[in-house]
Amino acid sequence: MPLFRNPSKEPLWKDEFSVFTSDERYVTRRQFTKFLTLASLGMFVGNLWILLKSRFTKALAFPTVEIAETNEIPVRGVKLFTYPTPQDHCILIRTGEEEYVAYSQKCTHLSCAVYYSAKNDRLECPCHQGFFSVKDGSVLQGPPPRPLPQIALERDGTKLVAIAVKGS
Amino acid sequence: MANFDPSKQRRGLVAIDGAMALIVVLLIVQIWLLSATLETFLAGHTRAVLPAAIFSGLVFSGCLALNFFVTRVDQESRKP
Repeated sequence: MPLFRNPSKEPLWKDEFSVFTSDERYVTRRQFTKFLTLASLGMFVGNLWILLKSRFTKALAFPTVEIAETNEIPVRGVKLFTYPTPQDHCILIRTGEEEYVAYSQKCTHLSCAVYYSAKNDRLECPCHQGFFSVKDGSVLQGPPPRPLPQIALERDGTKLVAIAVKGS
Repeated sequence: MANFDPSKQRRGLVAIDGAMALIVVLLIVQIWLLSATLETFLAGHTRAVLPAAIFSGLVFSGCLALNFFVTRVDQESRKP
């Protein structure tokens, strides 16, 4: 530190308060590498969280709900119902004399309600032209990333009963 | 003030830049892995979750090792 200041240089307060904004904002390569490594740790923790969630989440217990009579809807006809909660809208389709399938009505793309197109024999989402197979709910065309969750059905005499949601 | 060897510093800087670029690539792979794992998990498939977590752990170990490498090279290049 010089004994006498040169008056033509920086003002006195700058010498005495020698913290500069530019220095504070300066990020060294080491700091940046540390930040990237911390971000990597975050990704790893995210993967671990998914792993723990998949190991320790109990399978949902689905209720058994009567949804229709077997002769209630014609072949290629549909019936809307809710399962497992009143907020989960589903669609039941009679595909043959003794064949019934049911799916969640919520499109896996952006949750628009899908409908059954008897003409094309497929489930269609009107929002972005996403089409699903009526056989297994798989995606035939369009932006949906996943198949439609299928509702497992059982017959109890003349009644159709929903027992679970597959692939939800 | 200590005299730094400029060629040593330049070599150190190149090594640090290379390591940083590698960390960025690893991080991009890890981000993709996390999003893909989340996607399959939400679709109800849990088979890929364990391998993904192991691979993510390995990638993180790689990033950590590169971080130590950067620190060491930086310290060495600053030695007079």
